[in-house]
Amino acid sequence: MILVTAIVKPFALGEVKTALERLGVLGMTVSEVQGHGRQKGHTEVYRGAEYNVDFVPKVRIEVVVDDEVADKVVDSVVAAARTGKIGDGKVWTTRVEQIVRVRTGERGGDAI
Amino acid sequence: MLMTPGLALFYGGMVRAKSVLNMMMMSVACLGVVGLVWVLGGFSLAFGDSTAGLIGNLDHAGLRDATAVVGGDTGIPLQVFAMFQLMFAVITAALLSGAVADRARFWPFALFIALWTVCVYVPLAHWIFAFDGYVADAGGWMANSLGALDFAGGTAVEINSGASALALAIVLGRRRGWPQQPMRPHNLPSVLLGAGLLWFGWFGFNAGSALAAGAVAGNAFVTTMTASAAAVLSWLALEHRLDGRPTSLGAASAAIAGLVGITPACGYVDTFGALLIGLLAGVVCQLAIRLKYRLGYDDSLDVVAIHGVGGLLGMLMLGLVATDAVNAAGADGLFYGGGFAQLGKQTVAVLAAMTFAFAVSFLLAWLVRATVGFRVDAEVEAEGIDEAEHAETAYDFMPLSTTARLHDGARLHEGTTP
Repeated sequence: MILVTAIVKPFALGEVKTALERLGVLGMTVSEVQGHGRQKGHTEVYRGAEYNVDFVPKVRIEVVVDDEVADKVVDSVVAAARTGKIGDGKVWTTRVEQIVRVRTGERGGDAI
Repeated sequence: MLMTPGLALFYGGMVRAKSVLNMMMMSVACLGVVGLVWVLGGFSLAFGDSTAGLIGNLDHAGLRDATAVVGGDTGIPLQVFAMFQLMFAVITAALLSGAVADRARFWPFALFIALWTVCVYVPLAHWIFAFDGYVADAGGWMANSLGALDFAGGTAVEINSGASALALAIVLGRRRGWPQQPMRPHNLPSVLLGAGLLWFGWFGFNAGSALAAGAVAGNAFVTTMTASAAAVLSWLALEHRLDGRPTSLGAASAAIAGLVGITPACGYVDTFGALLIGLLAGVVCQLAIRLKYRLGYDDSLDVVAIHGVGGLLGMLMLGLVATDAVNAAGADGLFYGGGFAQLGKQTVAVLAAMTFAFAVSFLLAWLVRATVGFRVDAEVEAEGIDEAEHAETAYDFMPLSTTARLHDGARLHEGTTP
C-alpha cells in the first residue's frame, strides 16, 4: 500500500478530487496548510509599507491506495493540479506498513 | 453616535488579531468616559459664559435644564445641542487610540481620556465653537475675536487629535519590533465597514453643523461628498503609481482623509473648493504617512498623517477657497478676492491649536505614565494584549482546547447554563 501525499494550490482541490473519483479512489483526507517552496511567499502593501508573507495557503491531500494504482493516482493528481505557474505544489509517495479499518477491524488492502 | 462604533471597526480591522478587542475597547471607553465628563461639566466649560475667551463656566453643569434653548430664535433645546457636541468630543478622543494601538493599558488610557477631555478638548472646543450669544453671552477667542473659520471641527477635532496623537505616540514609544516586524491589518472588510459608517456619520457631523436644515446644510452635504469622492480617486491614483496597485486600505484611508480635509471648510466653500481640497487631501495625507517611517515615531494607525495633516490642509485651504457666496457668515479667501487676511487668521488658529494640544497632551500622557504606568509589559505585548487586559480573545482558532469554568472555579457540567 502506498500513501500519496499532494500539496497543491487551494483552488486545484476540486479538480484533483474529481480526477481521483474517476480513478475509483473513494476516500481522502484534506487539510489546509501553509508553506512555501522555492518562490518564498509573496509581497503585500499596506499604506505604502511592504510586508512579505512568507507562507502561502496550500491544501494537503492524502490518500492510501494499492501499489498497482499508485503511479496512475500520482499522474492524475499532477495533471489536475498543474497550471504551469510557480507554486503548483508537490506530490510524493510513502510506503505504508499497515492499515486498519476502525469499524470492522479489517486489515491491509481490504481496509482501503 | 454611529461614528465611534464605526471607528472601532475601522481601527479594529487595522491591528493584528491578538489586539483587536483592546483597540475597539478604547473607542468604547471614550463613549463611557467622555459621555460622563461632558454631561457633568465638560459641555458647560466648553460652551458656558467665557472668561477672556479661554474657558467657559459651570452654569450648565449636569445638563438638568430641559427647557433651555440655544441661539435665541433657533429653538434648538440646549440638551439636544449638548448631545450633538458630545459626539464630536467622543470621536476626537477615540481617534487618539489609533496612535497607541497594541500597547496601551485599558484603565490608564481611560484616565488619560478623562483628563484630556477636560484639559485639551474642552478649551479648544470653547475657543472655536463657542460663539457670542449662542449658548452664553461671551464665547471663545478664535470664533469671535480672531474670526477664524472652522465649520465642523478642523481645529478642535482634526488638528487636535493629530497633535495629541503625536504626543501620545512619543510618550508611549514604539511598538516592540516596529517597523521591522510585520504588523499588517488582520481584517480589511472590517476596515471598509468602519470607513463606510464613518463616511455616513460624517454627513451628520458636517451638514448637522449648520444647525438647521437649510441651504448651508445642503451645501455642506454636497461639499462633503465631493471632497471624499475626490480624495478616494487621487489617493488610489497616487498609490497605484507609487506601489503598483490601488488597495482597499488605501480607499478606506482616502475617504477618511477627504472627509477630514473638508470638515472645517464644508460650510464655507463651493463644490470647486471641495474638489480641490479632496484631491489634495488624497495626495498630501498619503505622502504624510510615508514620513513616519523616516521620522521614526510609531503613530500606529496614522492619526497624525490623516487627521493632523488633513485638518491642517483643510484649515489653510479655507484661506484660499472660502467664498461667502455659499454662506453669508463666511468670508472670501485669496482665490475669491479676499486677499491674505483670512489665510492669516486660519494660520493663527492652526498654530494655536497644534501647540496647545501637543503640549498639554504630552504633559498629561507623561503624568499618567509616571504615576500609574501607561504601557503593557513586553511579554503581554508579544503574546497578545486582548487576553492580558480583557481576558478575552476575538477569534476562537482552536475550539478543542478550551474548557469552560464558572468564575468561582467550579467546572461547568454539560447542560449547565453559565
